[in-house]
Amino acid sequence: MSFAWAKQYEPKHPLARWFDERLPLPRLVHGAIGGGYPVPRNLNYFWNFGVLAGIFLTIQIVTGIVLAMWYYSSVDGAFNSVEHIMRDVNAGWLLRYAHANGASFFFIVTYIHIFRSLFYGSYKAPRELVWMLGLVIYLLMMATAFMGYVLPWGQMSYWGAQVITGFFSAIPVVGEPLRIFLLGGYVPDQASLTRFFSLHYLLPFVIAGVVILHIWALHIPGSSNPTGVDVRDEKDTLPFHPFYTAKDGWFAGLVILIYCLFLFFMPNALGHPDNYIPANPLATPVHIVPEWYFLPFYAILKAFTVDFILPAKLWGVLAMFGSILLLFFLTWLDRSPVRSGHYRPIFKRFFWLLVADVLLLGWAGGRVASPVVVAVSQLATAYYFAHFLIILPLISRFEKPLPLPNSITESVLHGEKAESAPLGSKGRRDGSQAAPATAG
Amino acid sequence: MVRIIGFFVGLAFVGMVFISFFVNIADYVANPPEETAEHEFHKHPKEVHFASDGPFGHFDNQQLQRGFQVYKEVCAACHGLTLVSFRDLAALGYEEPEIKAIADQWAIQVPSVNADTGEAATRKAIPADRFPSPYPNEVAARAANNNALPPDLSLIAKAREGGAAYTYSLLTGYQRQPAELVHKFPAAKTPQGLYYNPYFPNLNLAMPPPLTAEGQVTYADGTRASVDQMAKDVSAFLVWTAEPKLQNRRTAGFAVVIFLLIGTILGYLAYRQIWAEAKRKVRVTGPLEAESQAKAQAAKDDQGVAG
Amino acid sequence: MATEAQSAEGSGNIHVDARTPAGSGTGEVRRRDFLNVAAVSFAGVGAAAAVAPLLVQMAPPADVLALAQTEIDISKIQPGQAVKTVWRKQPVFIRNLLPAEIQAANATPAGELRDPQSLAERTKPGKANWLITLGVCTHLGCVPLGAGEGENKGPFGGYFCPCHGSAYDTAGRIRSGPAPTNLVVPEYEFASDTVVRIG
Repeated sequence: MSFAWAKQYEPKHPLARWFDERLPLPRLVHGAIGGGYPVPRNLNYFWNFGVLAGIFLTIQIVTGIVLAMWYYSSVDGAFNSVEHIMRDVNAGWLLRYAHANGASFFFIVTYIHIFRSLFYGSYKAPRELVWMLGLVIYLLMMATAFMGYVLPWGQMSYWGAQVITGFFSAIPVVGEPLRIFLLGGYVPDQASLTRFFSLHYLLPFVIAGVVILHIWALHIPGSSNPTGVDVRDEKDTLPFHPFYTAKDGWFAGLVILIYCLFLFFMPNALGHPDNYIPANPLATPVHIVPEWYFLPFYAILKAFTVDFILPAKLWGVLAMFGSILLLFFLTWLDRSPVRSGHYRPIFKRFFWLLVADVLLLGWAGGRVASPVVVAVSQLATAYYFAHFLIILPLISRFEKPLPLPNSITESVLHGEKAESAPLGSKGRRDGSQAAPATAG
Repeated sequence: MVRIIGFFVGLAFVGMVFISFFVNIADYVANPPEETAEHEFHKHPKEVHFASDGPFGHFDNQQLQRGFQVYKEVCAACHGLTLVSFRDLAALGYEEPEIKAIADQWAIQVPSVNADTGEAATRKAIPADRFPSPYPNEVAARAANNNALPPDLSLIAKAREGGAAYTYSLLTGYQRQPAELVHKFPAAKTPQGLYYNPYFPNLNLAMPPPLTAEGQVTYADGTRASVDQMAKDVSAFLVWTAEPKLQNRRTAGFAVVIFLLIGTILGYLAYRQIWAEAKRKVRVTGPLEAESQAKAQAAKDDQGVAG
Repeated sequence: MATEAQSAEGSGNIHVDARTPAGSGTGEVRRRDFLNVAAVSFAGVGAAAAVAPLLVQMAPPADVLALAQTEIDISKIQPGQAVKTVWRKQPVFIRNLLPAEIQAANATPAGELRDPQSLAERTKPGKANWLITLGVCTHLGCVPLGAGEGENKGPFGGYFCPCHGSAYDTAGRIRSGPAPTNLVVPEYEFASDTVVRIG
């Protein structure tokens, strides 16, 4: 694979050799997540979240398949079938809460994974495709999560479906017919529910397929690392197994422990009470909110309140989709050759501002739209777009990065302090990825 | 090119959102939002403790049985419990013959079909039945209740913000509408046929106070049936109807969490052990690489100058 | 400052040491192995335990089990008549035998049958006229004919399965055709003279 010193697969057992010669599956596994994949030795715990996302995808698929054995996708039966699972099916409450909270945790670990990439410049060459495939996964996750939330056919399910499909009606001319086409009716109804169920079952497998591409694309250049410096030789890396299997393993235990605290002790903390009320097409809940992981986007949607050239509704919808689509262009928006935020003093500050901004958007998205909340979401939305489209390109042009360590191993041995030491911070403008020239 | 397009797209969105922001602010200043009666007089649920609260909480079967009695004698006339079955009462400590008798004597019968004529009929409930709905359909329910729909209570403790504390507060929260409210918001005067209750989101609800007098039910276990007691008991019962597997869940949870805790600690120790080897293998010996040494020297000089 | 730390202790070159680290006696190896084995075992046990709910959910849920008992009023079944009723979603035949049918069943020597059983063994004492069997052919699960008015009762006057031609006699015993055993008699009891409780 990526590095010359990657250990070749050597079957120990004759049976393993027999199998490997006919179908090199053991070789593939060895090269992908075994001793044959060399990984930078200096990864911190933020690099654990990709594996965690894979674990939660697996949990979702497994519990989902089992829940589908009991769920009815009918407008009359859906709500009751979920309650039947909760009350009468053996271990049904466990499976359903595992699936509902699993979705939240899938998003939590994915968000940490995304912000890891944003901070450490994992979207930069040569990993642009890894980043874009990741965004495709994220978009698929959002679609899957939305359709899954509709399935219990509670009040939030129904009105969520109504509101989200309402986005399409913002499109000029074809919008309303398109919305009716997508729903298979004038409002969410049997046809919508059945197609959502079908797609909710299908898309996770599409996600799994794109995950394979994501990992494949990652393994060509190999994993990035907190210094952003390229791997130079063997001593910069450790084999994935046993080093990172051990690290991923124990950390997965910790995260699953936290997940289980939610699952067993506060399974409804991340949900909304209104979804325990059966869907009623004639009465909207007082306060419709999406699941927590969509709240920042919901705030962006609500931030546009004035018709100007385009109707406000269309602005909101464009901005909401734009907020994700712009991430596809990140590689070209941020031209700084330095990957890691550790060596980018100005970028670092704005990065944390972005984190705070997204949290603020999330807060505003979950509140009743009072003028103050709307004003907050408007300022936060402005910063979000300014950050990616205006500030980031400017920073990458004018920022003076700190000098990079010569190698990963050096940064490991001399620690964080040496990395961020103001060595030769004067006079270096190019911040090239190669080993920096000696100052002076 | 991407950056130039991006810059203008960014400007468009930022500009647009700022226009919205200033219009919003101007609007806010020009027409400050009016105070509403709901906003000013709505109260959050009272502080109340139930035996099932907290990670170590357990259902108090005596209380659940009392709560069931309140449901049966007071609430069941209007509110369904259609997701719960008579057989589920076994979890409250009722014996099989008792459950059979409860089902058999339930005031509302189960819809069925006359075996001889095929016409719609009703029959007595059996333990396998769910609690029959008091109304055949929503239209009938509304017709009987001044166009208000009494909600099904099976999930009410999970379907309302505040859960059991909300139902308890609602049941004990009826009062005369404060004169101050009527004075301040004449339009918000409680309409005819509705009842003022500050714990209800829009302050006026169609349900007349259901628990009005001490001793409205006579508890089999001799507990004094004050309004407060009845409200608490029925709220506790509704926690159970909403989440009958609550205790199984917590018991399983403790086992899982303890198991995971031990496993994670073991995994962490194993991880440390494995990595200790990697750290031993790469050791620091001799001077820094030439480049870094020069850098360190330069930095030192730099500092010397600065200091 | 950082530079000091670097020059004080960090002025070292990188050296990859492939030797076995000092002090790694057999005792330490064992301890290390123990930790790894223990951690991996925990993961294995955890994964196995996680499979349990995925499997137990397949078993019949509580509402299905609750219907495992059915009470049937038999007061309206005349001698010579049979009714089909349902128990656990399966058809059950309740037949009020005529004296002639009882006689025919008793006249057959039980020992010569494929599945030797007498009528008395298949009914309750003193209620020999009430033949209660599952309406499920023991061959491959079709519903035999013969319980409904005017249906083909087969060559032995009991039930006849049209799928593969199994014929049962008036005691519901297999007499010809591919079915291996007699029609199953479910567990039941007489709650009163007119009510049968199956299950």
